[in-house]
Amino acid sequence: MSDKELTSDAGLAIDRVYGPEVLEGSDLSRIGSPGEFPFTRGNHPGGYRDRLWTFRQYSGFGTAEWSNERYRLLMKEGGTGLSVAADLPTQIGYDSDDPEVEEEVGRVGVALDTLADAEILFRDIPLDQVSTSWTVNGTAAIMLAFYVAVGAKQGVPRAKLRGTIQNDILKEYVSRGTWIWPPTPSIRLIADSIEFCADEVPRYNAVSVAGAHFRDAGANAAQEMAFTLQDAVTYCDEIVERGRMTIDQFAPQVSFFFYTHNDFFEEVAKYRAGRRRWAEIVRDRYGAREASSSMFRTGTVCGGWTLQSQQPHNNIVRVAYQAMAAVLGGVQSMFTAAWDEPFALPTEESTMLALRTQQILAHETGVTRTVDPLGGSYFVEALTDEMEAQLITIMADLEAHGGMVQAIEDGYVQGLIADESAAVQRKIDSGERVIVGVNKYQSHEEASALVPPAMDEAARQHQLDRLAEVKRTRHTRAALAALKDLRQAAQGEANLMPHLIECVEEYCTVGEITKELKDVWGEYQQPLVF
Amino acid sequence: MSMPPRVLVAKPGLDGHDRGAKLVARALRDAGFEVIYTGIRQKPEVIASIAVQEDVDLIGLSILSGAHMGLTKKTIEALAEAGATDIKVVVGGTVPPVDVQALLDLGAAAVFPTGTPLDQLVEDVRALVTPTSA
Repeated sequence: MSDKELTSDAGLAIDRVYGPEVLEGSDLSRIGSPGEFPFTRGNHPGGYRDRLWTFRQYSGFGTAEWSNERYRLLMKEGGTGLSVAADLPTQIGYDSDDPEVEEEVGRVGVALDTLADAEILFRDIPLDQVSTSWTVNGTAAIMLAFYVAVGAKQGVPRAKLRGTIQNDILKEYVSRGTWIWPPTPSIRLIADSIEFCADEVPRYNAVSVAGAHFRDAGANAAQEMAFTLQDAVTYCDEIVERGRMTIDQFAPQVSFFFYTHNDFFEEVAKYRAGRRRWAEIVRDRYGAREASSSMFRTGTVCGGWTLQSQQPHNNIVRVAYQAMAAVLGGVQSMFTAAWDEPFALPTEESTMLALRTQQILAHETGVTRTVDPLGGSYFVEALTDEMEAQLITIMADLEAHGGMVQAIEDGYVQGLIADESAAVQRKIDSGERVIVGVNKYQSHEEASALVPPAMDEAARQHQLDRLAEVKRTRHTRAALAALKDLRQAAQGEANLMPHLIECVEEYCTVGEITKELKDVWGEYQQPLVF
Repeated sequence: MSMPPRVLVAKPGLDGHDRGAKLVARALRDAGFEVIYTGIRQKPEVIASIAVQEDVDLIGLSILSGAHMGLTKKTIEALAEAGATDIKVVVGGTVPPVDVQALLDLGAAAVFPTGTPLDQLVEDVRALVTPTSA
């Protein structure tokens, strides 16, 4: 019998066995029932019996025409939500004809310069029948304006639009890197879009506070959840301090997004502990009156850094286990990555297999038949408690550092992630952290060769031609006037969303809008921590 | 004795994936190098000019967007324009095997595709910046 000390990937102690002592003397109301505060066991009393999670595959490449075709295929094959991948110029606020971004147009996602592109992207996709998620942050408010404007053109009322914009800038400064402006005006723009959605587009999540990118940059599961909750607190503080809305008015617009990596029970515990922590923060810090305001609604992505280019079919198995952990953790939507993602833009076949992975989980394994099947497990409840204690410790440390903005501007968060990433790399190099096919059970076959995302010159030219055509045919005077109004509004305190919608409806480009705001707000300067 | 070798770790292009760049920067620092990190989204000309100003021995470009050929070429050209052909350039990231020789032909001194063990990378970089005693 081995009593050696083991830990989870994030360093939580794991005992040889757990028994009834875990539950004895603990406050069972903190475990509670599904659909009841603090939602440890899930948001809804019926769980997946009543409603499955959303199958949402991240997709988008090249031109709006190509991406539109892929979206319609995914919907036809049983996908229930869209997830737009935009190229880097779109995410950082450059137009496709900017000489600085020549190499990047349409490379890792679809190029969107003006409303004309967005109209094509959603052609023949009725926006009142689909929910659409955008992994865009710096320019998220502009993408929201696109979506509202396309909806208007389709005759869909704003109240019927559903989906999520990621719109979470703080983690971009730390890891993903698509920042544009400094934190203070960026947070203002996020608060503007949250207020706007609460008023006008109530079924749209105006922010998806995302831990996934902390995680893929090297953070462990506890850091991922704690940093993310601290980001969410930062955004909520801003809106509450403005005094125009109460927490109960805007909390339903806030959602979350995380990676689900390999440590199965730690991932389950992460979602359960995160739900409980958020519920208590919303009630205790902000004084929410509605229990529904305290609900932690989250999407997840399975894959990412855990996928390997050596023996790449192993990735199918990794993603399937991760997906099951996410479902036993109670997520609301899921993206399962394709096995070839570490080295290629996924093919139609690998994309479909990734979707099928979720469908098999939902319809064949039976894990959806009862709500929170792991609830009350001695081990899972103990690990949930341990994870929660970690979250409290990490968040208190960030508060002590002056809050998340300060901790990011000082490079403190970046340093914590770099430390963790280096520690994990040492464990992989020494073989202590096993990766099958990489540092154990290697085969002699060559690792799969990377196929960089194709950059089709004809597609790029097509994009440039459309942009030139839009600039030539739009009502130039009205476009310039809209940009001027936006600049004036940015200098004041008015909500910028109506101005952004006016700009996109006049076919101003993403680059023009971004530059207008850069002139007022300046650009972010990154601290160089490693 | 001689000064420690100086290395500039740089991220050209728009790609923000800096986990690898930071790991390499830290490993080189731990191995006794003086390391400067540019941060993300740097233009090749700016990278070359920082390299000259900081008088580094070697530039490590980290590129995960697939745009390694163009960005490496531009960096090497910018160094030549600045008369700094003595500064060596190495490339790390998601480089397919077929592009490794092409990068060496462009003038890269070494290529470290993702998955290269850090120890090996550090030793290879050390060999590149150590003057050969003839």
